[in-house]
Amino acid sequence: MKEIRIHARAGQGAITTASLLGYAYFLEGKYAYAFPHFGAARMGAPMNAFVRIDAKPVRLRSQIYEPDYVIVVDPTLMRGFNCFSGLKEEGVAILNEKEGAQTPKIKAKQKVFVVPANEIALKTIGRPLGNTALIGAFAAATDELKLDILLEVVKKRFSGKAQQGNIEAVQQGYEYIKKALTKE
Amino acid sequence: MKEFLEGSRAVAEAVKLCKPGVISAYPITPQTHIVEELAQMVADGELKSQFINVESEHSAASVVLGALACGVRAFTATSSQGLFYMAEVLFNIAGLRLPLVMTCTNRSISAPINIWNDQQDSVSLRDCGFIQLYAENNQEAVDFHLMAYRISEDKSIMLPTMVCMDGFILTHGMESVDMPEQEKVDKFIASYKALYKLDTANPISMGLLADPDYYLETRFAIQETFKDLLKFIPKVSEEFKSNFGRDYKDCLVEEYYTKDAEKIIVAMGSVCGTIKEVVDELRAKGKKVGLLKIISFRPFPYSRVYEILKDAPRVAVLDKAVSLGAYAPLAVEIKAAFFGKKKSPKVISSFIAGLGGRDITLDSVREVFRKLTQREVSLEFIDLKPELLREEYGE
Repeated sequence: MKEIRIHARAGQGAITTASLLGYAYFLEGKYAYAFPHFGAARMGAPMNAFVRIDAKPVRLRSQIYEPDYVIVVDPTLMRGFNCFSGLKEEGVAILNEKEGAQTPKIKAKQKVFVVPANEIALKTIGRPLGNTALIGAFAAATDELKLDILLEVVKKRFSGKAQQGNIEAVQQGYEYIKKALTKE
Repeated sequence: MKEFLEGSRAVAEAVKLCKPGVISAYPITPQTHIVEELAQMVADGELKSQFINVESEHSAASVVLGALACGVRAFTATSSQGLFYMAEVLFNIAGLRLPLVMTCTNRSISAPINIWNDQQDSVSLRDCGFIQLYAENNQEAVDFHLMAYRISEDKSIMLPTMVCMDGFILTHGMESVDMPEQEKVDKFIASYKALYKLDTANPISMGLLADPDYYLETRFAIQETFKDLLKFIPKVSEEFKSNFGRDYKDCLVEEYYTKDAEKIIVAMGSVCGTIKEVVDELRAKGKKVGLLKIISFRPFPYSRVYEILKDAPRVAVLDKAVSLGAYAPLAVEIKAAFFGKKKSPKVISSFIAGLGGRDITLDSVREVFRKLTQREVSLEFIDLKPELLREEYGE
């Protein structure tokens, strides 16, 4: 079983992110359960979305406390709150870049990838919604999902101009991390 | 065909397959997505129904009552305060023997206001004459809606069904669902033919005054039908299996490693999935534990519960609702199944968890198994925060 925890504010598209990831796993023949947990029921309030993935149907219905992967859509959430709480020993975190954001200390085998997802989104979609760039980065950083599958999911989910923009955002997020990895 | 769908979307698709002529609803979290999807289907012409917007749940329930009284299949969905606002109409729908199918997306009750999941809403309406089925996952939510129309509209039954699914956990949870095909659904659910209907050409009256000479028999008749349902629901489940391939056995309960179990948890709804995970974990360590999932809370399958639990030494009942000032609602039923019988578990302990969306984790379930000892627990809340209680009492 693999578990992904997404940190965002209500209205920033975390549910879409979870559903795109869940759908991608579904297309790869795995069982996924993607679900949100809202804090205060209003826009801008911190919230989580989760994806739990397994080779057999997912029955566990609790929230995710010890994720394999963390995706932080809004890095301002890291002020005063540990978004890495419970992250597995070899866990991977994907962070949306923000100037002056404080990255939590990580354990020896954990990895952190920072992606300028909002910047990519502004260029590709025209709005600072970094979700699709982040899932591209997630795929590149973890090798969990194939880029083709993500693009297929985005094509199914979006149409028209938004589709084109989001396809580019996924690709650029993916390539940004792949480049960073080759430099290493 | 298997699809990756949000629970609400899956239920809306299932309702669409059942072709209700009238849908009426008033939005309330976490039910909203279901009725939004249906409204969209109607607006797009995919579903030939009349979607009637109303100003309240009381009116939504009244509209579907009227539709059914005129012989038209109907659907509504609600949650929490909305369900309570419908309450008096729901008693009427059952009293009039109208076969409504509705969804209750389970949510807590105010005050304090809380939009998250527990089962206080539908459990509190256990006496309103609706059949109540609780879904563990979105596949069951879909399938139970199909079965609900088949059961409710049968001439031998003519009683409404409430399909209960945990708010957010299922309604907003996306997972793989095998959506039934229209032709098969058409075969499984015949078109609705009312026994009696309001018709200006042949005027009749419904729901008139029943004075003390008549009222008692109306309730007796419903109670008798609920007895019949204990045989009829399994029959429909069998039909469902032969049409769609999925086997819900008697569709009253589901047994999970109960045969040789020394400790069994009894529960309803999505938490059963989490309990199954803990059962697997403890079984792997050689512990004889199991789960009894109650699917049908009304009618309550006392005999099945008796047969399954009579030799189990210890039983824990996990309620996601509370009957303030009394034993927990599901625990009461489980205990009632054994009084005056030859056999009985030595211990039937009662636990309450998950109220107002407090997450029920693997640890919560492990704790229930741990606390299920020789000493019976009459009522205990799991996962309380002691620091909040200190604040409450100003210590």
